[in-house]
Amino acid sequence: MRPFAHFAPGSLDEAVEIFRREGEGGRPLAGGTDLVVQLKEGGHKFPYPRYLVSLRRLPELRALEWRDGQGLLLGAGLTMAEVARAEAVRGRYSALADGAGLVGSLQTMNMATVGGNVCNAAPSADTAPPLLALEASARIVGPEGERLVPLEEFWLGPGQTALRHGEVLVEFLLPPPMPRSASIYRRHTPRQQMDIAVVGVAVAVALDEAGRTLRKVRIALGAVAPTPMRARRAEAALEGQAPTDEAIARAAALAREEARPISDLRGSAAFRRHLVGVMTERLLREAIERARRS
Amino acid sequence: MPKRVISLTVNGSSYEVAVEPWWTLLYTVREELGLTGSKEGCGTGDCGACSMLLDGRLVTSCIVLAVEADGCQVTTIEGLAQGGQLHPVQQAFVEKGAVQCGYCIPGMVMAAYDLLRRNPRPTLEDVRLGLAGNLCRCTGYTKIYEAVLAAAERLRGDGGKG
Repeated sequence: MRPFAHFAPGSLDEAVEIFRREGEGGRPLAGGTDLVVQLKEGGHKFPYPRYLVSLRRLPELRALEWRDGQGLLLGAGLTMAEVARAEAVRGRYSALADGAGLVGSLQTMNMATVGGNVCNAAPSADTAPPLLALEASARIVGPEGERLVPLEEFWLGPGQTALRHGEVLVEFLLPPPMPRSASIYRRHTPRQQMDIAVVGVAVAVALDEAGRTLRKVRIALGAVAPTPMRARRAEAALEGQAPTDEAIARAAALAREEARPISDLRGSAAFRRHLVGVMTERLLREAIERARRS
Repeated sequence: MPKRVISLTVNGSSYEVAVEPWWTLLYTVREELGLTGSKEGCGTGDCGACSMLLDGRLVTSCIVLAVEADGCQVTTIEGLAQGGQLHPVQQAFVEKGAVQCGYCIPGMVMAAYDLLRRNPRPTLEDVRLGLAGNLCRCTGYTKIYEAVLAAAERLRGDGGKG
């Protein structure tokens, strides 16, 4: 690796102050599983940083707290392993536990953080579709104060986010799930581990009291567009409807149309589109079944 | 910028070591502390040859900056044998013929050691998943899995009946 400076602040205020004082050319460092590899490869995905600010010792990034009426506060600094096994996540936001439990190897999951996965802004990030489907927002703190950004507005393109220089993604806010709801994330990969999604799909559904109609449907897709995306037309086609085979098939077909995949070494655009249809249909069925039983 | 002095406890011994911010934990442990058991394979966190425990968590040390490990406890392959006796995981690798060229083995042993601490009674599938972050280009993995299952049995001390 080429030289850079490294700062290890002990608080969020101190981190923000370092970015302010040092100026341009700084990057936050979380688990490092993406960033250190990119630095080793010469930093061609972004200008090589002059300095790194470690987020490892910031207590503000470690929240894992359920608040009645508000939902779950999930610290951006929690590792994939911590998120995947957290009871608060597994119970109420299982799609996110699914996604966090799939990232790289055990070694990766022990270092990589959920905030890092989101900020690296890979279209294939395994926590991205779950967080979108669960309608998470990101609390961002920087020199100008703090702001809450819905994740749908956070990604601007591959490797591009709404974060401005000196801003730190502190935590995610996940609204409380509705009664009779369930969420699932699954991805297609040739191998179970140490792989990157060809396509990732997250769905979150809520049924009405009688279990007859869908009150809410969220469908989020990974690795089929420049950013993780919602399949809004598919969602709208199902909301308020009875979850019949026909309605589910129609929604899956819409999601397939909404995807904007490219062809690359992991799969052709046509194959990705096909996967979106198949996976969306399967996951909707499974989530609806789980919501019925919840 | 001068080097930064960091504190590491490696296999129970305390070290103060001066590092550059861009040195990895693997480089520091091998080149500065002289513990060359951990290997560099890919250098990008894919192959697992550099696996060690950082504050009790299995990591690929080739993509951990040494400065990030300041104040941490590290266990490397050199820390497993006690009093001249191989650890049961190491002994099982020897007995089952799980080692060919040997380059991946320190990482394999660390991943197996970590797995068996978390799950003393793994199935073959658990072992395969537990070692999924460790590549071996010689063995085809079968003997390695056999060794880990044998080590699990030995560590439980129940002869496989429990």
